[in-house]
Amino acid sequence: MKILILGAGRVGESVAESLVSEKNDITVIDTDPDRLRALQDRLDLRGVVGNGIQPSVLREAGIEDADMIIACAPLDETNLVVCKVAHDLFNVPTRIARVRSPEYTDGSPLLERNGFAVDRVICPEQSVTAYIRKLIQYPEALQVLEFAQGLVSLIAVRAVEGSPLVRHSLAEIPDLVPGADMRIVAIYRLDKAVRNLDGDTRIETGDEVFVLAATANIRAVLGALAKVDQPVKRLMIAGGGKVGLRLAREIHAEYQLKLIEPHRARCEYLATELPSHVLVLQGDATDEDLLGEENVDEMDMFLALTSDDEDNIMSCLLAKRLGARRVLAVINRRSYADLVQGSQIDIAIAPSHAVIGELLAYVRRGDVAAVHSLRRGAAEALEAIVRGDRKTCRMAGRRVGEVGLPKGAQVGAIVRGLHLPDGSDAGPGARPQVIIAHSDTVIEPNDHVIVFVPSKRMVREVEKLFQVSATFLF
Amino acid sequence: MGLLPVVALVGRLVVLFALLMGVPLAFTLSRHDAAEDAFVLATGITLGCGVAMSLLTRRFRRELQPRDGFVLVGLTWLMLPAFGALPLWLALPGLSVTDAYFEATSAFTATGATVLTGLDAMPLSVNVWRCFMMFIGGLGIIVLAVAILPMLGVGGTQLFKTEMTGPMKDQKLTPRIADTARAIWVAYALIAVACTLAYRAAGMSWEDAFMHMCTTVSLGGFSSHDLSFGYWNSPLIEAVAIFFMLLSGVSLVLYFVAWRARSLAVLWRNTEVQAFYAVLLGSVALISVYLIAFGDYSSYLLALRHTAFHVVSVATTTGYATHDYASWPLFAPLHIILLGCFATCAGSTGGGIKMVRMLLLLKQAQRELIRIVHPNVVNPVVMGGRAVSDRVMQSVIAYMMVYGASLVALTMALLFSGLDAITAFTAVVACMNNIGPGLGEVGPALNYSGLTDLQTWICTFAMVLGRLELLAVLVLFTPAFWRR
Repeated sequence: MKILILGAGRVGESVAESLVSEKNDITVIDTDPDRLRALQDRLDLRGVVGNGIQPSVLREAGIEDADMIIACAPLDETNLVVCKVAHDLFNVPTRIARVRSPEYTDGSPLLERNGFAVDRVICPEQSVTAYIRKLIQYPEALQVLEFAQGLVSLIAVRAVEGSPLVRHSLAEIPDLVPGADMRIVAIYRLDKAVRNLDGDTRIETGDEVFVLAATANIRAVLGALAKVDQPVKRLMIAGGGKVGLRLAREIHAEYQLKLIEPHRARCEYLATELPSHVLVLQGDATDEDLLGEENVDEMDMFLALTSDDEDNIMSCLLAKRLGARRVLAVINRRSYADLVQGSQIDIAIAPSHAVIGELLAYVRRGDVAAVHSLRRGAAEALEAIVRGDRKTCRMAGRRVGEVGLPKGAQVGAIVRGLHLPDGSDAGPGARPQVIIAHSDTVIEPNDHVIVFVPSKRMVREVEKLFQVSATFLF
Repeated sequence: MGLLPVVALVGRLVVLFALLMGVPLAFTLSRHDAAEDAFVLATGITLGCGVAMSLLTRRFRRELQPRDGFVLVGLTWLMLPAFGALPLWLALPGLSVTDAYFEATSAFTATGATVLTGLDAMPLSVNVWRCFMMFIGGLGIIVLAVAILPMLGVGGTQLFKTEMTGPMKDQKLTPRIADTARAIWVAYALIAVACTLAYRAAGMSWEDAFMHMCTTVSLGGFSSHDLSFGYWNSPLIEAVAIFFMLLSGVSLVLYFVAWRARSLAVLWRNTEVQAFYAVLLGSVALISVYLIAFGDYSSYLLALRHTAFHVVSVATTTGYATHDYASWPLFAPLHIILLGCFATCAGSTGGGIKMVRMLLLLKQAQRELIRIVHPNVVNPVVMGGRAVSDRVMQSVIAYMMVYGASLVALTMALLFSGLDAITAFTAVVACMNNIGPGLGEVGPALNYSGLTDLQTWICTFAMVLGRLELLAVLVLFTPAFWRR
């Protein structure tokens, strides 16, 4: 696939990074030659220097035979115009734009073909906010990802000493936790995947466990693997940037919030935008006195959301030492994230990865409904729709055990009933059914299948299984 | 400073005023009542003065500078009541100049304090003129001039601000100030028409309906009857009055915005409007319960009817009465007079501090309290989703300081002149907030005719001071203003 990426900023860079490894031809356009050179040195892609809204620059970048353009320049205006140009002048089939303004959302007439011609809007801030909200809702989890319209969730959780499943084998799960059907798809011990998961594998303290379960059962799953805390009530947010503000705006009704922001003018803006029961504090989140004065020890959760990795790490460590129950840091640099994972900082999240999943679903072959990148891009969970039948597709009509998935990849769950037999959407009246997969579960056409892929290398192999052979089409 | 260009403009305002005098003139000419000569003469004098003033200063006409605006407003509000008093003085034998001027100022500031008794026996045109002056003054004659005369140029904005009420005057609704003024006058006129028809339908004569409309929508409170609304003793008429007083207590600007947005949500989502209605409703509930418990009402319904009418009437700074509410246990009349100090919304025809200033002060107080607990907190005062600038907050606080100081100073002056404490205090409160009747010797059953000349002049000054929101008047008394 030939992909054009506009903007080599943080989002552009991580988009390029995750796509380049999937055998795509990537060209990145940016006005800053130094940035492009650094990117070119690190990744196998081409950089073109110039302003992306000019057709000549786009032509130079090879837009004429591009399959997709992803516009993630800093300004919304640029991204919208580029999509328009790509559509009107060059007929690029898929156009994706990063748009921060909440007034340009998917489905708005402004984004239709005779508008700005954007197929899909991505907003990293929105994705990160949604991601963090899940973690506030389920404070025991490391990560909660949704599939199949939110029916199924993939939960990452660290096994805690004394919880019901620790020191027990996977085969014992149905007896120990009756009523909550779940499937453990991966266990990472000391940052390495445990190979050959089977009924005898035991869960140990400190393991990072990935579990697929119906969304309704998340609480039971967490209870089985971790100590269930009291629900989060009091939150302190360090950093009133775009994510901080968005998050505060979305959750202020349910939680008590304190927001720390160093810049006076920004503080005033935040205080104007947010209702008066959200306390906006001016100060440095790494200031021990400020944190103490504002009772950080009473906080159920401390969230460091500034754009500065070091500040986030330091303020989280400080907050943890002062007694905050759980701390979460946004960390952009991968090396830092690896460094702090499993240390004093309970959760480290990489904002760029939150948005990649949405993009990946577009790039993939087959009928991929959702992709989530896990463990900072190393592993992946994908949801694909089975089309065709036993003759034309290697998935349909077979038992899970005989599909022939690559080693380590696992079918975790199946959602049935989202589509009518002819493949069209069943609509709101449908009663979809969540089936936690076992080796003898039969996959039927039109099922949504959720597969855990432990390594990126296997992704193509898994995708091939979902592809319908040519005979089916004609 | 060239005073003459200002005089030139005042001259044109006087001509406009003379034309407005045509309304009572038409009444008197069609009916040939006893005030016919007085009105012909007064209109002639006013027109003559106006024409003379503008012709003699024609050479000096120029664009207004911001500073001229205050002089113009001050001069206008000094001179027009004098011209307005002229027909009263000529038509009513035995009325002193002081009392005539007081009556005209009371009308022009939409206060409703009167020195006249025997209203029912007076020529109809005199009553029409008293009420009609109130209608013009309620919204402001300069706002009217800005709306219909293309004469004021850029300086018009400045003038407009001094006469419109409220702390945040920088919000222009339309690019041109004349359009804004026109929109506000249209809203005002539409409410007026509706009010006239409603009064007529409720049982008033056409003349009474017109006159009481004038004093209702301007939140003034004059009546053509000594008994005020007690003359009819009709719950229906009182209900109509309550409805239109409540309507007029809300910013006229807001009606225009609501009409432009084609949505009533603008009204009920407005913090100030919510507070206005909440305070009034709460007070009606509180006082009716209080009166049933401690007053001598035998019927709950009667207590509620009297409470609702007087709470709305006094709190909106209108000042109608159907009943001598001063005879209630003191808490009730004092409570409603204090409500009159702040209940109406900025941009309405009401007087007083205005609800928005009160809300801003409350929020400021709350902000300071939070700041004690959280020294690092940043919590600007937010009103309607927007931060209120410190500049506005300071002006509100300064306004309150001056308001308090004026209240005390004028009360002391009245005490000095020999009034008792309740009368002195409530007379100043009632005049400065343009309510009308106070308590004690100036209570709803009596009027201001018992005051000495000095006391009458103090009250006259208080009315103008309150109507122009203090600072616009007081600035004229500062040496810095007159220094070049």
